[in-house]
Amino acid sequence: MIKIDRRLIRNFDWITLSLVILLSVTGIMTIYSATRSPLPDGDMPSYYIRQVYWLLVSIIALIGVVSFDYIWLKRFSYLFYGAGIVLLLLVLFMGKTGMGAQRWLNLGIFSFQPSEVFRLFFVITLSRYLSDMQGRVGLVSLLKVFFLLAFVPAAMVMKQPDLGTAVILLMVFFSIISTKGFQKKVIALILLIGLVSIPFLGNIVWEGLKDYQKNRLVAFLEPDIDPAGIGYHINQSKVAIGSGQVVGKGYLKGTQGPFRFLPEKHTDFIFAVFAEEWGFMGSVVLLFLYLALIFRGLDTARKAKDEFGSILATGISFMFTIYFFINVGMTLGIMPVVGVPLPFMSYGGTSLLANFIAAGILINIRTRRFELFY
Amino acid sequence: MPINGNFSDKVLIAGYVILAFFFILTIRLWQLQILQGNEYRKLSEENRLRVVRVAAPRGIIYDRNGVPLVKNTPYYSVSINPHVREHADLPALAELLKIDRNSLAEKIAEHQKRSLYEPLRVKEGLSIKEIALIEARRSDFPGLSIDVDVTRDYLFGSVGAHLIGYLGKPNESQARSPDFRDVPADAFIGQWGIERLYDKQLRGMPGARVIEVDALGRELRLLKGKPPSRGDDVWLAMDINVQKEAEESFGNKTGAMVAIKPDSGELLALVSKPSFDPNLFARGIKGKQWEELNNNTKRPLLNRALQSQYPPGSVFKIVTAIAALEEGAVDEHSKVTCNGGIAYGRWRFGCWRKTGHGTVSLHRALVESCDVYFYDAGKKLGIDKIAAYARELGLEKETELGMVKERRGLIPDTKWKEEKRNQPWYLGETFNAAIGQGYVAVTPFQMAQLTSAVANGGYIYRPSLLRAANKPEPEEKIKIKQENLEAVKKALFGVVNENGGTGWSAKSSLVNISGKTGTAQVVGIRKDSKYLPEMHRDHAWFVAFAPYDMPEIALSVMVEHGGHGGATAAPIAKKAIEAYMKGKQNSRAEAQQ
Repeated sequence: MIKIDRRLIRNFDWITLSLVILLSVTGIMTIYSATRSPLPDGDMPSYYIRQVYWLLVSIIALIGVVSFDYIWLKRFSYLFYGAGIVLLLLVLFMGKTGMGAQRWLNLGIFSFQPSEVFRLFFVITLSRYLSDMQGRVGLVSLLKVFFLLAFVPAAMVMKQPDLGTAVILLMVFFSIISTKGFQKKVIALILLIGLVSIPFLGNIVWEGLKDYQKNRLVAFLEPDIDPAGIGYHINQSKVAIGSGQVVGKGYLKGTQGPFRFLPEKHTDFIFAVFAEEWGFMGSVVLLFLYLALIFRGLDTARKAKDEFGSILATGISFMFTIYFFINVGMTLGIMPVVGVPLPFMSYGGTSLLANFIAAGILINIRTRRFELFY
Repeated sequence: MPINGNFSDKVLIAGYVILAFFFILTIRLWQLQILQGNEYRKLSEENRLRVVRVAAPRGIIYDRNGVPLVKNTPYYSVSINPHVREHADLPALAELLKIDRNSLAEKIAEHQKRSLYEPLRVKEGLSIKEIALIEARRSDFPGLSIDVDVTRDYLFGSVGAHLIGYLGKPNESQARSPDFRDVPADAFIGQWGIERLYDKQLRGMPGARVIEVDALGRELRLLKGKPPSRGDDVWLAMDINVQKEAEESFGNKTGAMVAIKPDSGELLALVSKPSFDPNLFARGIKGKQWEELNNNTKRPLLNRALQSQYPPGSVFKIVTAIAALEEGAVDEHSKVTCNGGIAYGRWRFGCWRKTGHGTVSLHRALVESCDVYFYDAGKKLGIDKIAAYARELGLEKETELGMVKERRGLIPDTKWKEEKRNQPWYLGETFNAAIGQGYVAVTPFQMAQLTSAVANGGYIYRPSLLRAANKPEPEEKIKIKQENLEAVKKALFGVVNENGGTGWSAKSSLVNISGKTGTAQVVGIRKDSKYLPEMHRDHAWFVAFAPYDMPEIALSVMVEHGGHGGATAAPIAKKAIEAYMKGKQNSRAEAQQ
């Protein structure tokens, strides 16, 4: 099964690998800056070291993922899906609580977030399901796949509660399905349902939200109403980013993060710390790195040797896009605050590992684009 | 397996959509970092930097002999950083600071609307013991800080309070005034007396510290510091010995005393009784204490030396005597016979001694304070002449000291009567005015200045609160013949030192004291004060100067409802003068050693 083919080396997608490693190293540097002590002789927290360890683990995992043909992913996809559902169940019943939600599983030496892993299994399974499907997506098949694959995990993640991830799961779901193309009446129906339900939707969603989620929505709409509460996050994030101006304050010169004005500085708001220190120039360069990664993924989708590979590469690229856009949009104050990490940069082992595995799959698909079935 | 073109198209569309997303993010970055970048940079600096103004040590106030009257002392307050309220256990904090939990929560919420990072003063004026208690538990309350300001200890308490004044927190209009722009917001400033008048010199230049803070308000490092420069000291003309002796001699009596150096105009003492404790103000006066002071019927906050005017009584005979001599209405030898009063129309104007003084000259008339003599002199002079000399001697004039809103007093004349009362002047009113009764009103300060001018041979000096570096030039010379002044001075010496003089109780073995008594009627009843309720009793006056040859101290003592001037006011004057002379002897002795 594992043969180190010379063709594999020649066709290896070094660009994707370089991009994700570059982004992760940038992430570690930013984590270092964000968590450094504001006092000259203060203690340095070990976040960045732990992230280095996770990066090493993630690179090994990526190599592992690249080493076998991704066709095996297709074969085992439903198994993965089942395992993922079991993990989500475990979180619901024995997960530990953090930030008002149960998202983590404690595994002794480290804890990890099953929903971060599950989204990957979800994309793989969905890709398999869709690649087996013929033609555009009709109403019946849409409902079928929705209730079969998306509904249960989305509901479970929502129950944690992790609204952000649940919404992202659904966004990933629809964006991937859209690659198959919808029948016209489905599009019409979606539009109609959308229009009719708008007045009710607001209420239904609102009633179902936890208090902190409601606060976040209110704060997003009017951050100045409650400057000390959740709107504070948005305001301080905007202050951090805006104060970077054109060229930034310089690496390790940012103040919003280490001085604790910016909460969640090394996780969800890491982009704000980066933008404060590197300014508009640096931020645009970073945006281009992500854009390059995503476009490379889409290009891989076009070049994949089979439809499963195409849909999977598209799905992963969309997933990166959605995470990236929601996270950066949140720090820029144009999206609501949902606890979503920035892929490759935010502090967090599970997320980094999952994203590296996803990148590994992209590399796998691209590297094996010329291979035939055997 | 080749992918159909349809899929490629969809990926392309997705690519455009994603590009659009990135474009939106870039536009937003442009907006925040480039269009609004300056504003956000400023906000981030405001987050991080705090300018803490540091009050300068205040200059010390000394008396004329170099005795310090005040001491700088720390004033402790507790502040909390409102931003960390989520971490703060408010009920525990309220208990620690011994303040009401609800009002604390309200205060914080109110403050938070205005500023997220400026610390909020939650309690002021804590004792060292309380501070130690809080310091011990400070780690339980992140964002709690202890501030130290400078306030005063007034070393002599209520002695000289009206003169020295006190410190207090700036009021609202002061907080907005450009004069106090560089004064730290919570600093004490001079609010009364010397502390207020010389505040600018005393407070010096406040320093500033630009510090970097984190979101918990903890000071991380000092970026820039300008040390405060200490305020200048102030040397008062006041002699604390005189001041203290006088205030003690007053006891519980209400009144005022002003002592001036006749050869310079320096203010040796300014007493207004009852007084108050300026330390109350300098420690942040409590509502209840302020009410007590304000509602006290004896009005301790009133500066009676400048803000109260009284009929001068017989002390005014000095004015009438000078006018009469100057105008030739009398001379030293002209005599009047006193039978205990004169009749004028239906009225009788009595002398204070009902049995009469017999035949008296000007000298004895002053010494024994014979009313009839001065009725006669007044009649010869007419009110307008008396008024002119009174004004020449400095009455009905404000001091320009700027200490308080002063009373001008009143010197009535025919013009005044016509304008204000729309009535002609009656001769009977001249009789009253000639002995300092009726409409005539003066402040204790004016009487001290008048006495000083008589004592020094007719010179009027600008009164000065500060010790004069060089001997100042007099402002003006009163147009009065020297021999006439001498005659009056001699009579004033007689008041204290001759047999039958009304001011005998001021006679001192230390120094030759001269003076004049006054007993000013409050109501039109000629009756011995002992039998009247206090509020109807006469005001007691005594003006004095000493030594006779080269006067160094001139003063006026006024005791409200004190009865006879000779009995009540004169002993206070004597004590004050003796205190001054003793102090001088001591310092001379020290200089010789």
